[in-house]
Amino acid sequence: MTLAIGSLTIGLILSLLAFGILMSFRVVAFEDLTVDGSLALGGATTATLIVTGWHPIAATLSGALAGGLAGSVTAILNTKFDINRLLSGILVMTALYSINLRILGKSNIPLRSDLTIMKYSNWLATQLSGQDSFMSLGLWQAPATDVTAMIMMLVIALTAGGILAIFFRTNCGLAMQAVGDNNRMTRALGVDVKRMTILALFVGNAMIATAGSLLAQYQGFADIQMGIGMLVWGVASVILGESLVGTKKIGFLIAGALMGSVLFRLLVAIALRWGLNPNDLKLITALFVFAALVLPKILSGGSSLVRGRNRA
Amino acid sequence: MLELKGIFKTFFPNTPNEVRALRGVDLRITPGSWVNIIGTNGSGKSTLLNATAGTFPLDQGEIILDGNRITRWPEHRRAKLIGRVFQDPFSGTAPSMTIAENLALAARRGQARGLGFALRTGWRNDLRDRVAAMGLGLEDKIEKPMDTLSGGQRQSITLLMAGLVRPSLLLLDEHTAALDPKSADKIIELTGKFIAENQLTTIMVTHSMQQAANFGDRIIMMHQGSICHDISGLQKSRVRASDLIAKFDEVRRSDQLDESVADMLRSNYV
Ligand SMILES: Nc1ncnc2c1ncn2[C@@H]1O[C@H](COP(=O)(O)OP(=O)(O)OP(=O)(O)O)[C@@H](O)[C@H]1O
Ligand SMILES: [Mg+2]
Repeated sequence: MTLAIGSLTIGLILSLLAFGILMSFRVVAFEDLTVDGSLALGGATTATLIVTGWHPIAATLSGALAGGLAGSVTAILNTKFDINRLLSGILVMTALYSINLRILGKSNIPLRSDLTIMKYSNWLATQLSGQDSFMSLGLWQAPATDVTAMIMMLVIALTAGGILAIFFRTNCGLAMQAVGDNNRMTRALGVDVKRMTILALFVGNAMIATAGSLLAQYQGFADIQMGIGMLVWGVASVILGESLVGTKKIGFLIAGALMGSVLFRLLVAIALRWGLNPNDLKLITALFVFAALVLPKILSGGSSLVRGRNRA
Repeated sequence: MLELKGIFKTFFPNTPNEVRALRGVDLRITPGSWVNIIGTNGSGKSTLLNATAGTFPLDQGEIILDGNRITRWPEHRRAKLIGRVFQDPFSGTAPSMTIAENLALAARRGQARGLGFALRTGWRNDLRDRVAAMGLGLEDKIEKPMDTLSGGQRQSITLLMAGLVRPSLLLLDEHTAALDPKSADKIIELTGKFIAENQLTTIMVTHSMQQAANFGDRIIMMHQGSICHDISGLQKSRVRASDLIAKFDEVRRSDQLDESVADMLRSNYV
């Protein structure tokens, strides 16, 4: 049960990663490879600031801001300097590896939970269960701090998803969706597509960095390696979510990304439990994404899942 | 008032693929007039509309629209003044967004797009009324994604979108060409009504000599990147489709001379 709660919590944290990927790959149809770098940047920035005595919420927001800036650099490389989209992301991701090492100062920073946002869920746990450190969930007993950590991440994920869903109903949000749906039309309707792309990658990578920041605080350390493979992980969650909701409506896609992220994490936990070698995890994830991209094409001759929206 | 002065555009210059798409186009269009552009394939009709809309920068020339020198304005800034309908029904709308959302996008053409809700109830009803006024029965579908509509239905929505904010200039690029004859007739009829009601300054590219003869008040024929005929006034009102076809044949005959010879002849003797 503890294992399941842990997986759920990480799945919820990584739903912010999935939202970020949805934003770039889906909403503005930009294959943004900054992801691995910006996730680690969020973790590194937040951890370093917490260690130097910052308030954890301010440190988390700073991590988000740093990630957002990294994303907008990628978008600027592409839109203002005409560098290919993939290459722009790779350049920023590579540069971020060194930057993250600089920020961390070493390859990882441990974090005491009473200095991170986990202190709030720990506080809640003592409020709810007193000195008794276990809570009963139906038939099971689970450590109270694990349960409250999950609740906190659920609230954060739902809030982020909710804000995003509301944003996409505004004039600005509609215009942003149109960028990925029909680029030519969007320009003809007077939308500055370049600026919109920069904004989308800013917001997307800010959310991805927030995932990194929350992950570091939940795990109790930030690590230079923590971003590796996250892009593919996020894409897998988005794809899984799309097949769960089966529509292109943005509100559903957001809900799908959240569910996909949690479900994917649970599936992985089960697979590991069955004896999957953790070293093979990234290979399996990549194979999953490959299959999800290619199978529908083979089966129906239809469009790919990630780039289903056309770009003129 | 639209003024094009000495427009030149060459694609892939100084390469084997060089295309001199526009070779010195001069054109003045008075406010409220409707100009049809005809011409052979590749004569530069679409390129002229794209140049006006700002899809690419010009090599040479000036564009002045309603007193604004828009030559160096980026496309999205010109969009404030220009409404467009494309040939491909898929080009003019966002397929996975709903009809209402597409209309809401078009309703803010050229305006700032902030964090206000795009589809408040009152506004939604207003849009529904406008769709209903087209008489195509699409008003019950405005919450459906655009890709559930037929080509003709999409073109009529695109037309409505182009006019939600009154444009100083309406650009139509063979917007009925991809449709079956019945839908094409419906769209052109709708177009005529729409332009008359809003008194729009319009440039319409068409391959239909019938359309060119029956609609609008001026016909321009393009050939090899420049204007070769300009028919207006009384002459335009008398012109018939067969006259236009004869002009086409004339152009084709001159084409049969080797192009370089034709160029030489023209520069030496005309
Ligand atoms: N964006 C572009 N890049 C390169 N070449 C182009 C571009 N747009 C047009 N051309 C070329 O310029 C020439 C004129 O094309 P244009 O589309 O203006 O012709 P058109 O008169 O609209 O023809 P059609 O009747 O077939 O639509 C063609 O040779 C075309 O290949
Ligand atoms: Mg054309």
